This record gives sequence, structure tokens and C-alpha cells, in this order.
Amino acid sequence: MYQNHDETIPRESEPMRRFSAFAIAREAARHHSGWERHWRSPTPKKHYDAIIIGAGGHGLATAYHLGKDHGITNVAVLEKGWLGGGNTGRNTTIIRSNYLQDPSAAIYEKARSLYETLSQDLNYNVMYSPRGVIMLAQTEHEVRGYLRTAHANALQGVQTEFISPQRVKELVPIINLEGPRYPVLGGLWQARAGTARHDAVAWGYARACSDMGMDIIQKCEVTGIKRDGDKVTGVETTLGDICCNKLGIVVAGHSGVMAEKAGFRLPIESVALQALVSEPIKPCMDVVVMANTVHGYMSQSDKGEMVIGGGADGYNNYTQRGSFHHIEETVRALVETFPMISRLKMLRQWGGIVDMTGDRSPIISKTPVEGVFVNCGWGTGGFKAIPGSGYAMAELMAKGGSPLADEFSMWRFREGKFIDESVAAGVAH
Amino acid sequence: MLILECPYCGVTGEETEFHGGGEAHLTRHGPGSSDDDFENYLFLRENPRGVHFERWRHVNGCGKWFHAARDTATLEVFGTYSAQTTEPPQDIKDAITAKRPGWSWREFK
Repeated sequence: MYQNHDETIPRESEPMRRFSAFAIAREAARHHSGWERHWRSPTPKKHYDAIIIGAGGHGLATAYHLGKDHGITNVAVLEKGWLGGGNTGRNTTIIRSNYLQDPSAAIYEKARSLYETLSQDLNYNVMYSPRGVIMLAQTEHEVRGYLRTAHANALQGVQTEFISPQRVKELVPIINLEGPRYPVLGGLWQARAGTARHDAVAWGYARACSDMGMDIIQKCEVTGIKRDGDKVTGVETTLGDICCNKLGIVVAGHSGVMAEKAGFRLPIESVALQALVSEPIKPCMDVVVMANTVHGYMSQSDKGEMVIGGGADGYNNYTQRGSFHHIEETVRALVETFPMISRLKMLRQWGGIVDMTGDRSPIISKTPVEGVFVNCGWGTGGFKAIPGSGYAMAELMAKGGSPLADEFSMWRFREGKFIDESVAAGVAH
Repeated sequence: MLILECPYCGVTGEETEFHGGGEAHLTRHGPGSSDDDFENYLFLRENPRGVHFERWRHVNGCGKWFHAARDTATLEVFGTYSAQTTEPPQDIKDAITAKRPGWSWREFK
């Protein structure tokens, strides 16, 4: 548990001690008494150059890149709950960039490439594991779709290939190629895709932000957004009013709620998406497998749990639990695909509120309110994008535009400039 | 699990018997309308955390479309009513007011 408003660490404290093999040896020799708290929990100042609402992966990555790339360090990250407790701590940790449309491939591949060195950049082990992701093709339509994606990826410089059922079986010995409903006809394989430790991504960014002098303020809910005409002047919070020049709204499922406080509407609907994990078992699958036709995907965590992504509810809700029948559908699909998991016990199930746009692509955009920026709409697949999202959002907030973000404007819907990924990845991803 | 009552055939069923159809009481704007109206109709949604009105279809039943008033944070259903209306009937509004005093949704309250 964290403490709020801990004043024992002064604002101008010493820089964080770095993690290293030497540090482990040093702490081993003194009963681990020297490990520090990873980030400060200060009381909010009266004014910041920029405030980010939402201390999840995307919000913290935005703050990190504001400081690292643009020298803006008078920044606060406000979080109504606890750091990384929303969708950052609720996803299935999959990282991939095999998208169909060029703007998507650009930002997801940027994110994936940043993940490759994130542990070194943050000096924090995010356990990035480029173990490879297979998306199974189980209908002729899906085969054609993934062949098209593989060709598009080749043009975009994203390394993917379409592989045969035999190659799928080599990579995933526990798979049943001749399923009762949908045989495996091939797969879209991205070898440098994989997984990372989701909590560590949030914690690593938080530690780096705190080290740059930024204030991460948990248990601080934004209750209103203050404007002077069409320009933002600050926020009202449960810890009092805080002024700012620029405001980034990075709150995923609650984006619509926050947009209403700022006085505009978003093309977003929020639904609960579920995931579950099994009891831990010995290593049996060292890649990530996604079976979109039968609606299920699975990977094995380093602890041995089978991590399973479930379905999204078919109606708006904010409950963070999800409907029972989706679990049954997901498990049924995965037992078809991987018969050996039929005896596994499921340990935990949970839900997160995902923010869905009409074209299943995110929004990284200016808004009708000057100084307010939104980063949302990542829907069912935001974790993989965290570093690229933060990179682009920070550039947008600092410079007023970003090559990676420009296509993801909130006005693309009225202009008919969709980035339509709903065909390529209409289900959970 | 969400439990809804179809206002047409009177059957009470679990959500697997129904299919959600998104936000209710949208005013359709077609050719000749302003860009703002068209964007509002086609893309922008209330998406509230709380009282919400939406369309449902009794797919595994009588097949009729109907409306439901529901709380998106608690999944409490305040009532279902006919689709042949452009605004929630007074008894539904009263049922919501009894449990969520001061509620509002678009121009309704």
C-alpha cells in the first residue's frame, strides 16, 4: 500500500539510486535495508505547466516524454485511484504492431521498438519478452485478411510473415490444428512481438517521472475542469484547485465523463472487457496465440499462469467486472484450440473499462478547448501502445502537433478519415 | 448478469436472450443536414457513467426492438418501454427520479 502526501521525502530530494547488479549485491549484504521508495507522493502545488489526468501507462508515458524529449518537468500526474490500477493493471500484456493501416503501424511499431529498450531507458526491469505473437487464421476470409496485413506490414517496415499450419504446430506444440469448428489454416506471425510486465511499465515510468521532479498525486480525483472562455485554466480536484497551462486527459474508459466536464463530447463508448488467469503450470507455450475467429487469446506468464483474454460486453458499462457468459465463450474457444487446458482451474477473473471508437483506432488530439488534449480510444488494445502513445502525446502537447498523432485527430470521424482497424482486428486485441 | 423485461412479449430474460443496440433516442440526420448534426447523429455519444437510455432487441424471443433505462455504473435497470417513442415515458422518468434524484441525460431530466 502506498501512503499519500508523504512529506518525509523533501521535494528537492537526491536523485533516485539506480538499479544495477552492484545494487543487488550491496543490498544483499545489508539485509535489503537500502531500497528506496520508487516515487514521491507530494502534496499538489498551486500551478503546473502541464497536468496529466490519469496515472496509468499512457498518462505516465506522456509525462515521461514531456520531460525527457521536451524539457517540460513542471508536471503533475493526477490519479483518482492508485497508480496503474486501471487498464494498465488489467490487460493481458500483449505487445505487437502487425496492424493493417499505415498510421496504426507507425505508432504501434514505434511503441514496440521503444519497448525493446525500455528497461534500459527507465533503469527499471519491465520484463519485455519478445517471444512472438501468432494470430491464427481459421477461415478463408481470415487467411486473405492476414495475407493482406503481412503485405501491408512489409511495406510499412514491420516484420511479420504468414506461416503455414505446420509452422504453427512447431511453434505451439499444444495447439489442436484440426479443431471441431475451425481448423487452423495458417497464422500471422510477428517474431519480435511479445509481452511485458504491465505493472512494471507503470512503475518504471512513475519512478522516472518522479526523478525528473514531476509530482505524481494519487487518490486525487478531478471533479471539474476550469476554463476561461475557450481556454483551460486548471482543474478542480478532491485535493483542491490546481492551475495549469496545458491539460492532458488520459483516462481510458472514463474519457467521456472527463470530456463532459471539459464541455465537449467524444466519439467513444465504454464497455467492460474481461480477462482471466489459470493456476500456474509448468512451461507449455512460449509464444502468444490469438484466435480471433473463435474469440480467445492466451499466453503463459513467467509465473506459469495461462493468461487469457476474454470478450467485451455488448452494452455500455463502467462496472469493471463483465458478464459471465463471455467467460464461458472464451474458455470454450480456447479448450477447442488447446485441449490440454480443459482441466485447468481458473484463479482470477477481472474486467477493465475500455474506450471504444467507431474505427477501433485511438484518439490523440487537440480538443475544442484550447490547452486541453486527449489521448484515449485505445479500446481493447492499449497496453502495447504505451511508449509510442506517450511519445506522440507529449510531442502534441509540447509542439502542438506530432507526425505520429496527426492522423488520430478526434475530428477524423466528421471528416470521414477513418483509420479503420475494425476489419483487421475487430475483436479483442 | 443483466436481466431485462421485453415490453412487447412480457418475457423476463437474461442478457444472452437480448442484443444491445446502442444509445436510444438519436435523431437521424441525413443528406442536407449540417456537418455538426451529422457528426452528432453518427458518431458522438453520451456514454455517461450513470443513467443511460439505450436500444435493445429481443433477438432470442419475439425479435422486437425496445428501449431500456439503465444505470451504467450499477447495471440497475429502471425500466423498459416501447421503441415507438422519441422520448422516455413519464413513468420511466419517475422511476429513475425515485432512485437517482437530479438525474439528467441529454435534454431529459
